[in-house]
Amino acid sequence: MTRGRLISWLLLLFGVLYFFVPLLGTLEFSLRYLRGRYSLTAYQIVLNDPRFLATIGYSTTLALATIAVGVVLVVPTAYWIQLRLPRLRPVVEFITLLPLVIPAIVFVFGYLRLYNSSSFLPLTGSERATDLLLTCSYVTLALPYMYRAVDTGLRAIDVRTLTEAAQSLGAAWSTILLRVILPNVRVAVLSGAFLTFAIVIGEFTMASLLNRPAFGPYLQNIGANRAYEPAALAIISFAITWASIGLIQVLGRGAPGQTVAR
Amino acid sequence: MAFLEIANIQKRFALTTAVERVDLEVTRGEFVSFLGPSGCGKSTTLRIIAGFETPSAGAIRLDGVDITRRPPNQRHVGMVFQSYALFPNMTIAQNVGFGLKVAKKPAAEIARRVEEMLTLIKLPALGQRYPYQLSGGQQQRVALARALAIQPQVLLLDEPLSALDAKIRVALRNEIRSIQRKLDITTIYVTHDQEEALSLSDRIVVMNEGRVEQIGTPFEIYNAPATPFVAAFVGTLSILRGHVADPARGALVIDGQEVVAARGLEGARAGDACAVALRPEVVSLEGAAEDGNRMQGTVEDVNFLGSIVRVRVRFTDNTISLDTFNNPRLSPPQRGQPATVHFSRNAVLVLEAPTAG
Repeated sequence: MTRGRLISWLLLLFGVLYFFVPLLGTLEFSLRYLRGRYSLTAYQIVLNDPRFLATIGYSTTLALATIAVGVVLVVPTAYWIQLRLPRLRPVVEFITLLPLVIPAIVFVFGYLRLYNSSSFLPLTGSERATDLLLTCSYVTLALPYMYRAVDTGLRAIDVRTLTEAAQSLGAAWSTILLRVILPNVRVAVLSGAFLTFAIVIGEFTMASLLNRPAFGPYLQNIGANRAYEPAALAIISFAITWASIGLIQVLGRGAPGQTVAR
Repeated sequence: MAFLEIANIQKRFALTTAVERVDLEVTRGEFVSFLGPSGCGKSTTLRIIAGFETPSAGAIRLDGVDITRRPPNQRHVGMVFQSYALFPNMTIAQNVGFGLKVAKKPAAEIARRVEEMLTLIKLPALGQRYPYQLSGGQQQRVALARALAIQPQVLLLDEPLSALDAKIRVALRNEIRSIQRKLDITTIYVTHDQEEALSLSDRIVVMNEGRVEQIGTPFEIYNAPATPFVAAFVGTLSILRGHVADPARGALVIDGQEVVAARGLEGARAGDACAVALRPEVVSLEGAAEDGNRMQGTVEDVNFLGSIVRVRVRFTDNTISLDTFNNPRLSPPQRGQPATVHFSRNAVLVLEAPTAG
């Protein structure tokens, strides 16, 4: 084995240990609820907790709503930028990157100032309106991931020629977008969707400050008051994230026509 | 009456003029090619006809109706692209039937028409495949079938064979012409390949720098080029530079040897600088008619092109290319051997108006 290959293997080993040792530690700790033996008791407690089901249900619903709004907002925008306004691409990319550099807490305080119960648009005045506000804030939070995923997908296909081909065959914009463009960026949209899902499921700051019963605040609450259950919840969160990534791979592989041409 | 009329079309982008006053009348069922180098405005003109570009001035009329401002999806023109542009998520049958489905035709009619089109392009068994499972030539035939399925008034082809290899290109261009004749569909074809344009077209529009240089049949374009650009761009040409010796006789001196041109030197003065052009097929190594020209030089290069051998002969500053048929019983000329080339006075094309040298 050459010296270069040995260093590569050592670096890989370091990376694997760095990632897996804390995870294995957490997993091992989550199984030690009963003194002297391993058990799934912490998981049973968590899964039987009505607040777990309520918060995960709430966060899942909001994640799906966020994905729907995100797709409706991002796909036509990225498509139009690619097709007609390529000069605006740097501006749009800058805007979509802002949620990565502006802390979530700044967004929430901005929302609270703008949409408080005595404002012109009192979105915090009722639970449903606050859910709507939280969904919109999640859309903002997931924008860098969703936009990049969709933009990458659009760059991989010849958007302009496909659009013109569809137009010459009589298709209107809605038909082009729904039947030609969207199916061909399906994998990219799914990647963005699952990343959005993973972000929303674990999000704490916005849900907590808007006082909504999401999974993130529940996770924090359990973590502050219990010993073994938070470890079990962390493992469950990881499992959900990994399942999302696995689904991207499975669904992406089956997309027709997205194999490299001969 | 013209079926498709391109009237004084201009297209300006920020700082450049892509198309400058293009006028053309195309009759129903005619096959017209736009020929020119990259950036000459041929594709932009085609895109204006398709509706993908809006002209800065001028009008497009189809069957007497002004369609200049009509969106592309309402023009009823079929378009075939260089990159095929098949929808990757759809099967071949779905691709061919797409336009009909958009037009909300009944499913039975779509199925019948798709079958008809796939038979026309000789791919009846491939309807359930995806585009990536087909070769480039097959994909382009499907693209043609898709464009024809909607029974367009005009078929537009934008360099459809450029991405294919030589053999398939020739086969497919013959197929395109045969289908066009069979359906009698008005066709506009854009290409930078002169051989394609010459072999396919009823008429050719030669374009350069946004302007039309010449419109004519392939025979006219090749044999009577209207401008030096057309003469140089269409076909292979040897350009010889010299000066006028005796304008009354049409005599020039090129590298110290006299050449007589049948026409083109009217109004010139002795001593004027002058350029003439000769096609390779009008020059031979064997003796020509008595009134013909002959020049002596040295064989500089010999290119074996299969059925044809192209020989380049150098004089002093100028060279001339000529084609001879490959004769397996005779060995081709050798580099460095002396050669005498012959060509008739009528074959000499005076390219540039003589200017005082």
